[in-house]
Amino acid sequence: MRPVRTVLAGALLGTLALAGCGQTGTTAGPAAPSSAASSTAPAAGGFPVTVEAANGKVTIPKRPERIVSLSATHTETLYAIGAGSQVVAVDDRSNYPPEAPTTELSGFKPNVEAIVAQKPDLVVVSDDIDDIVSELGKVNVPVLHQPAATNLDEAYEEISELGAATGHQAEAGKVVADMKSAIDDVVSKAPKDAELTYYHELDQTPYAVTSKTFIGQIYGMFGLTNIADKAPDAAGGYPKLSAEFVAQADPDLIFLADVKCCQQNKEALAARPGWKNLSAVKNDRVIELDDDIASRWGPRVADLAKSIGAAVADAARAKTDGAS
Amino acid sequence: MATQARPARARPLWLAGALVLLAACMIAGMLDGAADISPWQVVLQVADWLPFTHVDSGLAPVEQGLLFELRLPRVLVAAVVGGLLAIAGAGYQGVFRNPLADPYLLGAAAGAGLAATAAIVLLPSASVPVAAFAGAVGGVFLAYTLGNTAGRSGGTATLVLAGVAVTSFLTAIQTVLQQLEVEKLQRIYAWILGDLGGGWDQLLLVLPYAAVSAVLLLLHGRMLDVLSVGDEEAAGLGVRAGRVRFVVLLAASLATAAAVAVSGLIGFVGIVVPHVVRRLAGGSYRIVLPLSLIGGAAFLVLADLVARTVLAPAELPIGVVTMFVGAPFFVAVLRMTRRVVT
Repeated sequence: MRPVRTVLAGALLGTLALAGCGQTGTTAGPAAPSSAASSTAPAAGGFPVTVEAANGKVTIPKRPERIVSLSATHTETLYAIGAGSQVVAVDDRSNYPPEAPTTELSGFKPNVEAIVAQKPDLVVVSDDIDDIVSELGKVNVPVLHQPAATNLDEAYEEISELGAATGHQAEAGKVVADMKSAIDDVVSKAPKDAELTYYHELDQTPYAVTSKTFIGQIYGMFGLTNIADKAPDAAGGYPKLSAEFVAQADPDLIFLADVKCCQQNKEALAARPGWKNLSAVKNDRVIELDDDIASRWGPRVADLAKSIGAAVADAARAKTDGAS
Repeated sequence: MATQARPARARPLWLAGALVLLAACMIAGMLDGAADISPWQVVLQVADWLPFTHVDSGLAPVEQGLLFELRLPRVLVAAVVGGLLAIAGAGYQGVFRNPLADPYLLGAAAGAGLAATAAIVLLPSASVPVAAFAGAVGGVFLAYTLGNTAGRSGGTATLVLAGVAVTSFLTAIQTVLQQLEVEKLQRIYAWILGDLGGGWDQLLLVLPYAAVSAVLLLLHGRMLDVLSVGDEEAAGLGVRAGRVRFVVLLAASLATAAAVAVSGLIGFVGIVVPHVVRRLAGGSYRIVLPLSLIGGAAFLVLADLVARTVLAPAELPIGVVTMFVGAPFFVAVLRMTRRVVT
C-alpha cells in the first residue's frame, strides 16, 4: 500500500485518498466497484485489474491499448516497462524516449475534449489540474493520478502500479529491480567519509533543493551534506537561496539542473558576481546534469545516481590526494 | 496642495534628514546579510577598500569577494531602483494630478513583463534586462500614442484609459506565453516578484538612465507646481502644460524602465513613498520630487535588507516585502497625519 500523500492528494481528494490508503473496501474510488483485486494480485494478463493511485482504487477493465500520458515521467516509465506500443499520445513535455508520440496535449492545461478525442482507455497524469481526473471520470475514461514521488519507494511503487495497469507487471518489476541494484551499486561504491558538501541548483535565481525533497534524498544516500538545509523550514523544500550565502558556504560540489533551460555551466557560474573564487568552480567540480533527468522520478533516476556517484568519487579522491 | 507648500527654508532640513536616513539604511544594509560575517569585520573590510588604508579584516578571499561583488552593489542597486521608482511615481502623480498614479500606470510594467517573459522563453538569460527596458519603453509609447490619437490632445484621462487598455492587452499576451512554457513559469514568476541581485553590471546598466531621468524630473518641480493649479492658469503664467507633461512623462517612464530592467516589477514603492513624503513635508513638487528620490532609496534598501535576512540563508522576493511592509506603513502614515490635520 502506498503511503498517504496528504500534501498532494489530500486537499483535493480528502477522505477518498485517505480511505484508499491502507483500508480495504470501506470507500472506493469512483471507478472502483467492489473489486477485491489489487495491484499485487497475480494478474497474469488477468484483467480487469484494480490499482491504487492518488485518486483511489482504479479498475481497468481490459488491457489498455490506447494509453494517453500527460506526464513526462510516466511516459518514460511506460516505455521502460514495454508498454510503449500501447501508448497513442503523450503530452508536449514528454521528450523521452524519442519514439514517444508527442502531441499538443498539455498536462498543465489539460483539455478534456482533446484527450477524449484520442479515444483513450487509460490516461496517466501526474497533476490533477483543473479537475482533470474527475472530468475524465465523467466520460468513463480510467485515470491514474500518480503525483510527483516524494521518495524513491514511491517512485518504485508508481512504476509497479503502471506495470499492473498496463499488463506489464513482470517488466515493471524488473525495471524496479534494475534501478534498485544500479543505485545500490553506485551508493555502496561511493566513499562516505569524504564529508563533502553540495549545492543543487534549479535555476539561476538561484533556487535550490533541500534534503527533504525527492532529489535531495538521493544526494543524501551518498553521504553528501546539502548547504541549502541551513534554510529555515518556512522557506520550503525549494528555497530561493542568497547568492552570498552560497559563496560563503563554498560547496565542494555544484550540481546544475539548469543547463538546458537556462544555459548554465561552469563558465556561467564563474561569471556571476562573487562566485569566481568558489572552490567547486576552481576545482572543476561543477556537474552539468540533464535538467529532465534531474526533475523526473522515473527509471532514469538510476542515471542521475550514477552521475552523482561519479562526481562524488572524483571529489573524494581529489580531497584525500590533497590531504595526503 | 501646492498653495500649502511649506516655506522654502524648511527644505534643507528635510533633505538633510532624508539623507541621514538613507545613509543609515545603506550602512545597515551593508552590515547584515545571509553570509555569516560580523558587522565589525564588514567595517574593517570596507576600511580596507578605502584608498591609502590597509586593514586586515580576517576575511577569506571568497568572503571579501561576496561583500564587494554581491552585497555592496546590491545595496546600491536597491537605492537607485527605489529612488527611481519613487521619483517616477511622484512625477506621474504630478502629471495626472492624481495621488493614485504610480509608475506602472501607462503600461510600463505590462510591457516589461511581456518582454521579459519573451526573453526568458526565447533568448539567453543575459538579454532579460535589455528586453525588459525595451518592453517598458514600448508599453508606455503604445499607451501614449493610443491615448493621444484616441482622445483630444493634452487630456490625461484618455491617457490613463489607454494605459489600462495597453496593460490588459499586453498582460494577456504574456499570460499565453507563460502558459506555453510552463517549466519556465518559476523563472518568470521570480522575475516579476523582483530581484536586486546581479552585481555591478546591473548598477552600471541602470546608472546613466537613472542620472538623466532623475535630473530631468528634479528640474521640473516648479513646473509641476504650476500645473497643479490648472492648465489655463499655467498658460497664464507662461507654462506650456502639454510640453511639461510630455517631458515629465518621458523622464518618469525612462526612470521606470531603467528600474524595471534591473529589478523586475517591485510594487508599492512608486505610490507609497511620494505619498508619505507629501504627508510629511508638504505638497510642493520642489520638495516632493527630491525627497521621494531619497526616501524611495532608503525604503527599498531597508526592504531588501528584510528580504535578505528574515529567512536567511533563503530570501524572500523583494516585491513581497515592499507590499507586505509598505501597505501597513502607508495606512499608519495616513492615520497619523489625519489626526494632526483634524
